[in-house]
Amino acid sequence: MFAYIIRRLLYAIPILIGVNLLTFTLFFVVNSPDDMAVSQLGAKYVTPEAIASWKEKNGYDKPLFLNSEADGIAAITETIFFTKSIKLFAFEFGRSESGRNITSDISIRMWPSLAVALPTFIVGIWVNICVALMVVMFHATRLDRWTVFVFVGLMSISYLFYIIGGQYMVAKTWRLVPISGFDAQGQVWKFLILPVLVGVIAGIGAGARWYRTLFLEEANQDYVRTARAKGCSEISILFKHILPNALIPILTGVVVLIPTLFMGSLLIESFFGIPGLGSYMLDAIRSQDFAIVRSMVFIGSILYITGLLLTDISYTWADPRVRLS
Amino acid sequence: MKPILLWSDGLIFMLVIALVLFFYKLREDPLTRERWGQVFSSKLGMVAFTVILTYVGIALLDSLHFRRALDAPEGVQTEEVFYDNKVTSVFDVLTGGMGERFERTYSAPFALISFEKKNMKDAQGLDVRDFPPLKHAGLDLDDPADKWSDVMAKSVVPLGLGLLFSGLLIGAQWLLLGRGLFPWHASWVTQGVIVCIGFWLVGISHHYHVLGTDKGGADVLFQSLKGIRTGVLLGTLATLVMLPIAVTLGITAGYFKGWVDDVVQYLYTTLSSIPGILLIAASVLLFQVYIDLNPDFFSIGMEKADARFVALCFILGVTSWSTLCRLIRAETLKISQLGYVQAAHAFGVSHTRILGRHILPNLVHIILITFVLDFSALVLAEAVLSYIGVGIDPSMGSWGNMINGARAELSREPAIWWTLTGAFFFMFVIVLAANLFSDLVRDAFDPRTRMGGDEA
Repeated sequence: MFAYIIRRLLYAIPILIGVNLLTFTLFFVVNSPDDMAVSQLGAKYVTPEAIASWKEKNGYDKPLFLNSEADGIAAITETIFFTKSIKLFAFEFGRSESGRNITSDISIRMWPSLAVALPTFIVGIWVNICVALMVVMFHATRLDRWTVFVFVGLMSISYLFYIIGGQYMVAKTWRLVPISGFDAQGQVWKFLILPVLVGVIAGIGAGARWYRTLFLEEANQDYVRTARAKGCSEISILFKHILPNALIPILTGVVVLIPTLFMGSLLIESFFGIPGLGSYMLDAIRSQDFAIVRSMVFIGSILYITGLLLTDISYTWADPRVRLS
Repeated sequence: MKPILLWSDGLIFMLVIALVLFFYKLREDPLTRERWGQVFSSKLGMVAFTVILTYVGIALLDSLHFRRALDAPEGVQTEEVFYDNKVTSVFDVLTGGMGERFERTYSAPFALISFEKKNMKDAQGLDVRDFPPLKHAGLDLDDPADKWSDVMAKSVVPLGLGLLFSGLLIGAQWLLLGRGLFPWHASWVTQGVIVCIGFWLVGISHHYHVLGTDKGGADVLFQSLKGIRTGVLLGTLATLVMLPIAVTLGITAGYFKGWVDDVVQYLYTTLSSIPGILLIAASVLLFQVYIDLNPDFFSIGMEKADARFVALCFILGVTSWSTLCRLIRAETLKISQLGYVQAAHAFGVSHTRILGRHILPNLVHIILITFVLDFSALVLAEAVLSYIGVGIDPSMGSWGNMINGARAELSREPAIWWTLTGAFFFMFVIVLAANLFSDLVRDAFDPRTRMGGDEA
């Protein structure tokens, strides 16, 4: 088990290097630091001196991969690739284009993101499984067909409309909660209810439909027929037989998402004014702050790889037949 | 008049021709025929397919672009013809200039007056602040109270024409197809409804703004219709870019195994570990910087917007191949163990021939299901990307840009709901149709659901 985890962790290194190379190519080779300087300074009135001073200020005044002017180890360390990319591995994200410390920004903004994403995630899964189990009970009836149709309908609505509609109905028309905002002390829940509600409802269509297929696949198995034959009630078949067996495919889809909850949701956070990592990314994209985007790409990849590893480990817990080696 | 072929126009027509040829060739295969028969034997499938075809038809008509010739300036004698900088499409002409009737700013659906007050002179020449009348709504009206009876009266002719035309359309199909195995009547009813609504909208738009106007005074209905081309093209072109990458890599990885497999697996794990939206956003931003630094590449604004659009399709395609690649690799691994592939090996059939003749045809159902499923996902993604600011160029109409422009206007009093409604309705219809259709295609083609599974 531990040998397996360590091997998987080692396997993550080439992937992270690949992510780094890819983002580096995107940000510095395709788009040279000079282009970045021009677009940051404003395309019209740039002089070579202004570009040079911008590059020096932001640390882009070095060669890309190999510094031929420096000696020894400095030939590699005094390059943009080393200072901007390799340092990410040590979680040194440096400063954003506007001069703020990215590492401390991220560690502060992580918590509001989690405050929204975690309840949405847990309540969402719970609601989806309940709805799906209910639909499975009415399998092959007209009610089942219509619910599936409604699921597809719910899936076909853009996420943006769920947010806009939720804000309009709950916050503006009924005035139950504030439209947007965040308060770290005291009444956080007031600001969290609506985003969580919207997130859960927006996920029901796709989520419950997916769980329904998983449950139905199990419902056709022989052990279910046996259970029915020996006189188990439908409720106990659903909860004691089908649900535990459907856990494996559910875990595959769900556990990988847990670490990425830290990243927050881009749309929810920007619409509801929550100062988390999602709105941080959005602001970075809109102001073309590539230093932040680069750091977030790196963090995102680490979290995703962690999620894959957690998925494998969770299998051993959910299914005694699985042994990691 | 001078025809213009934008990059996206060329690509979409190529794609349509390729698809038609593909299905024409598939027609010979009895199994495929049977499966498509299953898809179309349901009424829902017929209706969904008709709706999809309507959208695709509108998108294609909207992709036939030209520039109008301008009249020579007064008193200038010249042989040279000058062309309008604005690009028009055949669809713009067919809608009877719906997009050319601008107002000053917002106005509600079927409104006669503008949404915002303005300083004006009244009949006596005194300054008043009131809602100005619209330039293109209810012009024949003497008394505003007669508005709805006027709307009724103006609807008679277009609706009659619509009924006549749909009657001809359905009659022709009835004569051609007769009473077959398929529920054609479901498709005919849909066609009839769509044609009637279409005629009515075009007819009534000469007298009223059916869905009101937006901030810049443009007709919202027309903008929603223009969004169709953007949505359909994005949904198909991005998948078109993605398919060859995913299929080639997946099939080689699954077939040759060994180090090829390792490399491909490494590639798609790396790619899928990067948060998708960040990768797309970064790529679009970089392309944007590139365009901004090289403004001389494009002679007219539309070409620039189109270049950005095609680039977006490419970026979406290049960043999203990992899921399909994984599926294809797994399926190829399975198929290449089967007896007939082993037999082909034993007979000394070359690798390319085994891949092309024995493996690829058995992957068609995966490709097909992905194509239809991705379509709806991409249409929805467009709206999100445009909201973030890395989507379609604002000068090019799209549902995402409409939502983005109008999302804050719901908080006004009274709320401006019509722009969002227009975008929502047209987006919802196509995504719903595509989702329902993809469900049917999957049920018919996926071997898992065919053997026992769901509906058995």
